[in-house]
Amino acid sequence: MVFQEFSLVPTLTVAQNVFLTRELRSRGGFIDDRQMERRTRELFATMSVEVDPRRSLDELPTAFWQLTEIAKALSQNARVVIMDEPTAALAKAETVELFALMRRLKERGISIVYISHRMEEIFEVCDRITVLRDGREVMTEELGNVTPRVVIDEIVGRKLEHTLEYQERQVGHEVLLEARGLTTATKLRGVDFDLRRGEILGLAGLMGSGRTELARALFGIDHLDAGELLLRGEPITIANPRAAIAHGVALIPEDRRVQGLILEHAVRENFLLPLLDRLSRAGFVDDAEGDRRTDSFVTRLSIKTRSTKQPIGTLSGGNQQKVDIAKWLGTEPRILIMDEPTAGVDIGTKGEIVAMIRAFADQGNSVIIISSELPELLAVSDRILVLRDGKVERALDRSEIQQEEDLHHAIQGVEVH
Amino acid sequence: MSEPAVSGRPSLDALRAFDWRQYIIYIGFLIVFVIFAITLGDKGFLTPTNLLNVFRQTAIISIMAIAMTFVIGAGNIDLSVGATAGLSSVTTALALGSWGLPLPAAVVVGLLTGLVVGIANGFLVAFIAIPSFLVTLGMLGIVNGSAQWLSDTAPIPIQNDTFTFIFGSGDIGPVPSLLIWTAVLFVIGHIVLRKTTYGRRVLATGGNAVAARFSGVDTRLITFLVMAVMGVAAGLAGLLFAGRLHSGRFEFGAGAELSVIAAVILGGTSLFGGRATVIGTLLGSLMIGLINNGLTLASLATSQQFIVRGLIIILAVALAKKR
Repeated sequence: MVFQEFSLVPTLTVAQNVFLTRELRSRGGFIDDRQMERRTRELFATMSVEVDPRRSLDELPTAFWQLTEIAKALSQNARVVIMDEPTAALAKAETVELFALMRRLKERGISIVYISHRMEEIFEVCDRITVLRDGREVMTEELGNVTPRVVIDEIVGRKLEHTLEYQERQVGHEVLLEARGLTTATKLRGVDFDLRRGEILGLAGLMGSGRTELARALFGIDHLDAGELLLRGEPITIANPRAAIAHGVALIPEDRRVQGLILEHAVRENFLLPLLDRLSRAGFVDDAEGDRRTDSFVTRLSIKTRSTKQPIGTLSGGNQQKVDIAKWLGTEPRILIMDEPTAGVDIGTKGEIVAMIRAFADQGNSVIIISSELPELLAVSDRILVLRDGKVERALDRSEIQQEEDLHHAIQGVEVH
Repeated sequence: MSEPAVSGRPSLDALRAFDWRQYIIYIGFLIVFVIFAITLGDKGFLTPTNLLNVFRQTAIISIMAIAMTFVIGAGNIDLSVGATAGLSSVTTALALGSWGLPLPAAVVVGLLTGLVVGIANGFLVAFIAIPSFLVTLGMLGIVNGSAQWLSDTAPIPIQNDTFTFIFGSGDIGPVPSLLIWTAVLFVIGHIVLRKTTYGRRVLATGGNAVAARFSGVDTRLITFLVMAVMGVAAGLAGLLFAGRLHSGRFEFGAGAELSVIAAVILGGTSLFGGRATVIGTLLGSLMIGLINNGLTLASLATSQQFIVRGLIIILAVALAKKR
């Protein structure tokens, strides 16, 4: 099994990772580092990759983590290798190398189960495809017999197609937020854009293009080294999340379990956290008002929970995400930034979230949404910014994009015709 | 994550949902009390004098444990509290004695001593991002060394009767002043943790510092504040040591940090932060006092007392453990 990176110890060397718990021993019973290093070098050689097995893993680029996982599997004479989203952290060139390696493994008679949500990759390297939906197998086919369209239909399920279809929306001309030359130490290298009132603005780009970093900078998590933000034409500084909240900006972060929620705490405590200042009377929390607000949002978003005192970690992923969204809608923001809001969410809730985003924007608020699922991004966005290397590469009006393919090309940097 | 089970019998569900582990300290406290009451009743365990003694003996630990509940609740720890109490007893005794300061000024000196240590701890943990375990371990040595240096390792006598009366030696009617100190700070601690925005933010910081920061909580400020307040509480503990024993001594409070932390954890506060209770802490502290008192009355040797106390603490925490 090759996980996304999870079965490695970053502080150990490549060789130590490959032979973890199966260390080779010399005659005296001591660990034989030299032999393990030699074997590791051989394993990598069979993959046509050169590596110094004595380097500690955290000094190497992520592509090597992937390869170390594979070397580890090969060293156990694996016949089947399972790869779970192996390209998620890889650059384009590294992906090409990985595919070449997969073909070599295939020639040696090793079978590969390749899990991915990237359609083009599946059609490039796989022979057969199985589609799972809601924990059930819905299709298994030779890839030669199907088109991407057919596969997507099976993944999405036909009944949901209407929510995941773009609905023409009226967006005013009033600019709510202007960003000029945003630069951070993290990734951004001069990002410019306008966000209009009532607009849903999509952010597209490859992993590492700066989408999440832009969201973090707008919410005051990452410090701006240069550039300015204008809210309704007035310059503002957002130095920390508190300032962002005060200016009516909210962020639903990428990783809800780490950045969004306190899993051990009750639904109610999570919901009220950004509202504490507003519920404060001389430092004391107005709990009665807090309960009223929590109950009203639980009903409004039909959040399934036995009680608002239940720890949020015991809710389903979809309901957790709804609480995270409710928590920020509760602060009555004017700009809602969402980073992969439907990741790890069941398909029914996904539709509800999309509807929620539209309803929020229809009230004259603005949304910035990041999603790696292009059909979803195309369904909600009125305009899409394509980011690359920390800059806005293109700003595409929804009407300029005929089909998913066009957006793919824009993201990959191929000219749209 | 699975959906909550749907059941047609809500009363049974409620019973199953009742997490008795949360209340282990109440149950444990009751059991220990009843056992001692039965076996040691004839040795005077139940007399008001003896029970007041338990309070008196645990008061200083309780007071530090209340502040420690916030520190641990916010996901940190402070190992320097015992040493800080010792240093504060020394500075207070010096202020009253050789420096010739009036009583209120001497009290300020004692509390300020704690505050300075607390601010130093808080600054290093919150703004320089050094783990609190290491900062306060180092601080323990610095503070203890300073106390030895200032006092030449000798006890400094205190002859101010008003001071000793207020801080730990006096009784108001039948009620020891130590009991009043504990009660007042307990009520304040409980209300601040449960009812104020500060208390909620402390628990949010301990529960998940990243999520708290993403939700607009100034987690560094919260961390700084819990450490600073802990310092002041340790300073107050130093005043109480000094008042109770009519002197300032660097050994006062030595090792107290372990009893303080044990009381907090025994009370049901999570060692990793995010879940905390001041009521539990007080009961935890009293339970340790009860055990000490009972074992002494049962005329166990000190060595045996150590062993039994250790076993009871491990047992209680093991029972309270989730899954």
